[in-house]
Amino acid sequence: MRTAQEIARSVQSGTTSAISELTTALRAIRERNDDLNIFLHVDEEGAIEAATRLDERVGRGENVGPLAGVPIALKDNMCQTGIPTTCSSRILQGWRPPYNATVVDRVLAAGAVPVGKTNLDEFAMGSSTENSAYGPTKNPLDPSRVPGGSSGGSAAAVAANMTPISLGSDTGGSIRQPAALCGLIGMKPTYGLVSRYGLIAFASSLDQIGPFARNVTDAAMLLEVIAGHDPMDSTSLPEPSPSLVAHVNDGVAGKRVALVRELLEGSDDDVVVSVNLAVEVLRDAGATIVELSIPELKLGLSAYYLIAPAEASSNLARYDGVRYGLRVDADDVAAMNEATRTAGFGAEVKRRILMGTYALSAGYYDAYYGQALKVRTQMIAAFHRAYQQADLLIGATTPSVAFKFGTKTKDPMAMYLNDVFTIPTNLAGEAAVSVPFGTGEAGLPVGVQLLGPGRSEAQLFAAARVLEIAEERS
Amino acid sequence: MTLPNGWEMVVGLEVHTELKTASKMFCGCANEFGSEPNTNICPVCLGLPGSLPVLNQRAVSFAMAIGAALHSTIAPSTFHRKNYFYPDMPKDFQISQYDLPINSGGYLDLPDASRISIERAHLEEDTGKSTHLGGSGRIHGADRSLVDYNRSGVPLVEIVSGPDIRSSAQARAYASELRGILIATGASDGRMEEGSMRIDANVSVRKANAPFGTRCEIKNLNSLRSLQRAIDYEALRQVEVLEAGGTIRQETRHWDENLGETSTMRTKEEAEDYRYFREPDLVDLAPDQAWQDRVRNALPPMPAQRRQELTALLSSPSEAQVDAVQVVVDLGLDSYVFAGVAQGVDASLALARCSNELAADIGGLANLTTDAFSATLLMEQRGELSATQAKTVLAELLARGGEPASIAGALGFEQLSSDSLGATVAQLIEEHPDEWARYREGDEKLAQFFIGQVMKLTKGQANGKAVIGELQIRR
Repeated sequence: MRTAQEIARSVQSGTTSAISELTTALRAIRERNDDLNIFLHVDEEGAIEAATRLDERVGRGENVGPLAGVPIALKDNMCQTGIPTTCSSRILQGWRPPYNATVVDRVLAAGAVPVGKTNLDEFAMGSSTENSAYGPTKNPLDPSRVPGGSSGGSAAAVAANMTPISLGSDTGGSIRQPAALCGLIGMKPTYGLVSRYGLIAFASSLDQIGPFARNVTDAAMLLEVIAGHDPMDSTSLPEPSPSLVAHVNDGVAGKRVALVRELLEGSDDDVVVSVNLAVEVLRDAGATIVELSIPELKLGLSAYYLIAPAEASSNLARYDGVRYGLRVDADDVAAMNEATRTAGFGAEVKRRILMGTYALSAGYYDAYYGQALKVRTQMIAAFHRAYQQADLLIGATTPSVAFKFGTKTKDPMAMYLNDVFTIPTNLAGEAAVSVPFGTGEAGLPVGVQLLGPGRSEAQLFAAARVLEIAEERS
Repeated sequence: MTLPNGWEMVVGLEVHTELKTASKMFCGCANEFGSEPNTNICPVCLGLPGSLPVLNQRAVSFAMAIGAALHSTIAPSTFHRKNYFYPDMPKDFQISQYDLPINSGGYLDLPDASRISIERAHLEEDTGKSTHLGGSGRIHGADRSLVDYNRSGVPLVEIVSGPDIRSSAQARAYASELRGILIATGASDGRMEEGSMRIDANVSVRKANAPFGTRCEIKNLNSLRSLQRAIDYEALRQVEVLEAGGTIRQETRHWDENLGETSTMRTKEEAEDYRYFREPDLVDLAPDQAWQDRVRNALPPMPAQRRQELTALLSSPSEAQVDAVQVVVDLGLDSYVFAGVAQGVDASLALARCSNELAADIGGLANLTTDAFSATLLMEQRGELSATQAKTVLAELLARGGEPASIAGALGFEQLSSDSLGATVAQLIEEHPDEWARYREGDEKLAQFFIGQVMKLTKGQANGKAVIGELQIRR
C-alpha cells in the first residue's frame, strides 16, 4: 500500500482520485473487518461525499491540503458530528456528537477523508483492546494476539492496510504500545501540542492525541496537521504547529542519546537485543551514546494508577443516564444513576472509578492522590536532570512483543505492567515515539522507544527516521 | 428580635451572586435570564463528552472588582472540581475554587458603623435549574423533574463572611449593603427574585462570650425577608433545643417560606465528600498587576461613599432624610440628586422627589433624564408649579418622557407670577433661618409665623394651607 504522502501527491496532481483511494480503503475494510473487529462504525456515505467533494475541488485547480484524499481512521473516543461515538462503552450506545473534535476539523481541512471509528479499550482504559464492550480487536500480524491498547483499533487499521494513517490517544502508552505491537510508528506528542477539544476524556492531565503511520514521514505529516494552538483547549500550548516533515532527515549527528536502564529492565531478550542494536545504529549515525539510570521512573506506574483513575472518576461522572447515552430506569434519580452506571460500564472502568474515588476521598487524599502528585513532580525533575546529560533517551516501548488473547485479562497488575516504560512520559507531559525495530518471538515486531523533552517532536522523528532507514536496509 | 435568657446568635453568610457577563463562564453561550428553556446551551455548558472549559476574562474582572470593593487581597488562584451527582449539574462536578480563591480576606462596613469580616470571594459556575413536578415540589417524591440548562455555567462569585453577625437585622443589613456594592461594581444586578443573588446562612447560638456553638446551614434564601425570618426561626429553635437539654446536630436545613420553618435536609454524616482536586482542564489564574490596577481604577464610588456625599449636601439631615438617602443610594437614584443640585435645585427637595416619586416608579427611569428632572424641580422651586403639579409632571415624564415645560403647558397648569407663593416662602426661609430651623426640628407653631409673614407680603392673597404645603416640601 502506498504512503499517505504518495496518495496526497497523486490526488492533488490528479493522477489518482480521492474516491478511488477511498474505494481501496473501503474494500480492505470490507474484506477483513468482520474477522479483525477494527472498525466499530464505517461512515461509507460521509466518506464518499467528502472524497467526491475533494475531487471536484482538485478538478477546479484548488489546493485541497497536505493530506489530499488520504483515508484516515479515528479512534472512537474522538467526536465527529453525527457519527456514533461510543468509547467502546455500552454507556454511550447510540450517542452522536453534535460537534467535531478540533483534530477532526483539522484533518478535514487538510483534505483527509475520515472513514470510520476504531475500537479501543473502554474509555481508553487498557493495553490490549480486550476491554471493549464490542469485542476485542485482533492483531492483523497474528490474529491470535492482541494489537495492544487502548488505541488497538487505530493501530490495527494501519497494520491491516485499511488506511495509511490513523489517530489514537495516549494517556499512559495507548499509542506507543499498540504501535510497538503492530509494527508501526506511533507518537505521543508533548502535552498541549495537540488540542484535546472533542477527545472524550479519560485522564485530562495525561491524555494526548497522536498519529499512527507505517513510516516516519507520514506520522510527521499527520502530526503537523493536527498540532498547534487551539483556543478551545485552555491547556493547549500557545505556539503554532511545529515544522516536522522538513526535519525528518536531519539525522542524529552530534546528538547525545542516553540508554536508560529502567526503560529496559524486565524485558524479553529479543527486546533487549533490538534496543541495543538501535543504539548501535544511532551511534553509527553520529550520535554520542551514554548510559543513564533514572530510578524515579520505577515510581511512575504507582503514581499513574492513582492520578489517572482519580481524574477518570470525575471525568466519567457525567455518564449518569440523565442527558444522553444509556438510561436504565429506576424509582428515583439516584437509583437510575446507579442502575445506568452498573449496566453501562465494564469491569475495568468500574475498577478504575472505584480506585480513583477512593484515592480522592477525605482522609485518603494525602496518602494516595497527594502522594502521587509529589511523585509526578519528582518524575518531571528527574527527566529534567536527564535532559541536561542527553538530548534524547532510548529504551523499549514494551517489555515483550504482542501477547496472546486472555493471557493478562485475569490479572490487572500483569496488564498494567505492560505500560511501565511508556507511563513516565505522560506523567512528565513530554514526547516519545515508538519505532518498529527488529523482531522478537514468532517474528513479531519489537518497538524501540525514543523519548525527548517537551516540543522535541522534530528531533524524535529525525532519530526515528535513522532507525527506519537502517531497518529498511536490513 | 432578641433571644431570651442571655442567648446570643452567631451568623455567617455565604452570598452567591451571578455575574452580569454577556456570555457564560466557560463557553460563548448567552448569560441571559428568562430565555426559553434549553436554548442558551452548547457542548461545553451541557458537559458533553470531549468538551473543555475556557475561562471568561470578564468574569475574572468582575470577581476582582468585587474583591477590590470588599478590601480583599487579590492573589494567584486555581480552580478545583467539586464532585457530586445532581441531575441539573451536567458534568456531575462543579468547577469552583477551593484552597486558593481569587479574593481572600477583607471586610464590609455597615451603615450602623459595624464591620463584618470577609473570608473569601471566589469564582465558580452555576448549575442548571430543576423543576420538580408532583409531590412537594422538591426532588424527593416528585413524579418527574424537568431541567433547564440555560443557567448551567453562568459565572458566580460566592462571598463568604466571617461569623461576625449577631442579629437577623444585622444579617439583613449586611446582605442589603453587599447587594448595593455588587450593583455598584456592575458585577451583578442583585435581583434576588430572579435568583441572581442567593444566600446560605450559617446560624449557631451561644451564651454571651461562650465559645461558638454547633452551626446549622440554611440553604437558598431568596429574599431579604426570608433571610431575616429564617435566621430568627433557626436561632430560636436552637435555643429551645438547648434549653430543653438537647444538643444541636451540625446539619444543612431547608427554609420553607410558607410554613415559616426550617427542616433537616441532610446531617453532617450524610454530607457529601466532594473529593476536591485541581481542575486539570484549566490553567492557574494569575491576573497581572496591570489587569488588577485597571479593575481597581475603574471601580465607581461604593454605596457608603455615595451616602456620605449625598448627606453632605444636607445642612442638618433629619432621621427621615437619612432613610431617604439610603433608599436613593440603594436604588441608584443619587445621580438625579447630584444633577439637580448642580442646576440649583434645593438638595432636600431633590432628595424628597427621588426617594418618593422616582422610587415609586423605578421602571420609568429610562424615560426620565436628569435634565428633565432638574428642570421640573426648578419650576417648582421658582413657584411656577405647585408641589402637586410638579409631582404630576414627574409622573408623566416617568411614564412617557418628554419636555417638562410643554407637559406642564399641555396639562393646563397655570403659570404663576414670579412673586408666586413658592418663591415667597423660599425667600422668607432665607430671611428667617432661626425660625426655619426650629420649625424643621418639629416646632409646628412656627408654621403660623411663616403664614403670617406670607400674608403680610402678599397682602392677604395667599392660601394658608398652600403655605403649609410649601413649607413641608422644604422641610
